Amino acid sequence: MSEVAVIGFASSDRSVTTSGVETLVPVFEEALEQAGLARREIGFWCSGSSDYLAGRAFSFVNAVDAIGAVPPIAESHVEMDAAWALYEAYLKILSGEVETALVYGFGKSTAGELHRVLALQLDPYTVAPLWPDAISVAALQARLALESGMFSERDMASVAARESGADVDELLGHPYIADPLRAHDVARVRDGAAAVVLAAGDRAHRSRSRPAWITGIAHRVDPQGLGDRDLTTVPSASAAAKDAGLDREVDVVALHAPFTHQELLLRAALDLPPDIRMSPVSGDAMFSAGLSRIGAAAEEIMSGRANRAAAHATSGPALQQNLVCTLRGDAS
Amino acid sequence: MTIAFDYTRSLGPVLGRFMAGLRDGRVLGARSSDGRVHVPPKEFDPITHEPIVELIEVSPVGTVISWTWMAHPLEGQPLSRPFAWALIRLDGADTALLHAVDTGSPDRIRTGLRVRVKWADARVGHINDIACFEPGEREEDAEAVTESEPVEIVTTPIRLRYRHTTSDEEDGYLRALAQGRLVGQRCPACRKVYVPPRVCPADGVAPGEVVEVADRGTVTTFCVVNVPFAGQRLDPPYVVAQVLLDGSDIPIPHLVLGLRAADVRMGMRVAAVWRDRAQWSFTPENIAHFEPTGEADADYETYAEHL
Repeated sequence: MSEVAVIGFASSDRSVTTSGVETLVPVFEEALEQAGLARREIGFWCSGSSDYLAGRAFSFVNAVDAIGAVPPIAESHVEMDAAWALYEAYLKILSGEVETALVYGFGKSTAGELHRVLALQLDPYTVAPLWPDAISVAALQARLALESGMFSERDMASVAARESGADVDELLGHPYIADPLRAHDVARVRDGAAAVVLAAGDRAHRSRSRPAWITGIAHRVDPQGLGDRDLTTVPSASAAAKDAGLDREVDVVALHAPFTHQELLLRAALDLPPDIRMSPVSGDAMFSAGLSRIGAAAEEIMSGRANRAAAHATSGPALQQNLVCTLRGDAS
Repeated sequence: MTIAFDYTRSLGPVLGRFMAGLRDGRVLGARSSDGRVHVPPKEFDPITHEPIVELIEVSPVGTVISWTWMAHPLEGQPLSRPFAWALIRLDGADTALLHAVDTGSPDRIRTGLRVRVKWADARVGHINDIACFEPGEREEDAEAVTESEPVEIVTTPIRLRYRHTTSDEEDGYLRALAQGRLVGQRCPACRKVYVPPRVCPADGVAPGEVVEVADRGTVTTFCVVNVPFAGQRLDPPYVVAQVLLDGSDIPIPHLVLGLRAADVRMGMRVAAVWRDRAQWSFTPENIAHFEPTGEADADYETYAEHL
């Protein structure tokens, strides 16, 4: 068994085309340069994306053009946030099959009507045919938590204000877009892409003086039925955090919370200290936002700003699926 | 660009009976081994993982446990006027069903509101047999219904709209087509000319130098279309071929017409037949098709790499 580390990370918040290829080329170049690796030195490529976002079949196969697939490469894909692709690549390295991997996620969310597109990830028999949009589904979850007294609309606005510097009272004066959610409660959906480079033990040390070692990674899923689970708790996130070894000694946390109330639910589910340093968040780039959280947590370590960091990714409606990754610097 | 497809799904024994219930005006739930009643029904017991066999009828009346207001309904949603989305726990059920509640205005919806099913006029065994919920209690006892045959298949039309964005390279290619020209771009690494221009799939680098290519070339491979299909514009049989334009390193697909399908062959030299200039727009359809030039066939070696 090898140890596995993040040795490079790059992201882009612009997407040129629905194919993703043009967006990915510069992101790959930057991530590889950071990792000190050439394209041909990558043993395994793994991506997260969705054809429904691009409105074209096999968009992930098309995106392989950005890799330069001659001679043939080893490649795989998940129809999830690319944080799950990272999990697959991590296992591939752990198993000893490859030494290095590049994981990427991409999506042009603005090409279609995103909040209708996301209805298609709901139960296809009893829910998706009603076309509930993603913001409405989140609003149902937020109200349950608010009315159970877990937190207030002011607490939600405070989450938004942390990043934007906005005045909380002013935010609370804005109208609802989906009662009880206001515009600031919904992360700006962005086009974009991200890439993370992984390497096994010695190989990581050769490339990078301070790799971000993955100390634990786990993912879990809650039941699909929105009315079947208690939407005010996130058992899958709690279980993943436990399995990944997340504890309160962590220096910085990067959460993937597309809605303000979801950050508050996750803080409770992950049992985070109230004063924990949070990695800055910059919108919800579909299918790469979760991977970007792992990249951001790894950068905290590679830069020396932190010695222990944790990242979280979510996928599916109302925090249904959750992944937690813990990282650390070299023991010193 | 609109993409549409009618998804047809087989239902299986549990959802088939649930949908048949809706068709009959009854809501059925599944009881799990802990005694909880799930609506919509689960197909497998979440505790024992055994298949669910028992479905029981619950009330068409229930209580709103959470809601949000949909001020601007989207295509396909249950109501086209503003409505509330709600999680509704039907009397007799332990889990909540997601559906629309028609209250007319947002000040009439609240947690705890009692609502009842409003059935669709024509019911077929689909979740949309519940048109929506409306405020109220049960009005009268439903007449006894005998269970009818399970529904086997549900069809759900899906229609999505997209705006495709071209890259700079695609943009240049399409603009050239509108002027009756064909352009490719050369990969700075392997020097191959790609038509249409694209990131080099062998080297993963953006294309460089713009290269004008000929509107004539060589058939590398082809297929004879014999099968009729929806939206077909030509009568079969006809030929769709890969044409390696002179000066390029990758073939483009197009029609080869003007001769019997059986006479098309690999290596055949063909030239573009452009439509009337008045019909040109930003599309490869500016070329109506390719036709044989009458030149001698190209040597196999000249296109062997492109099969």
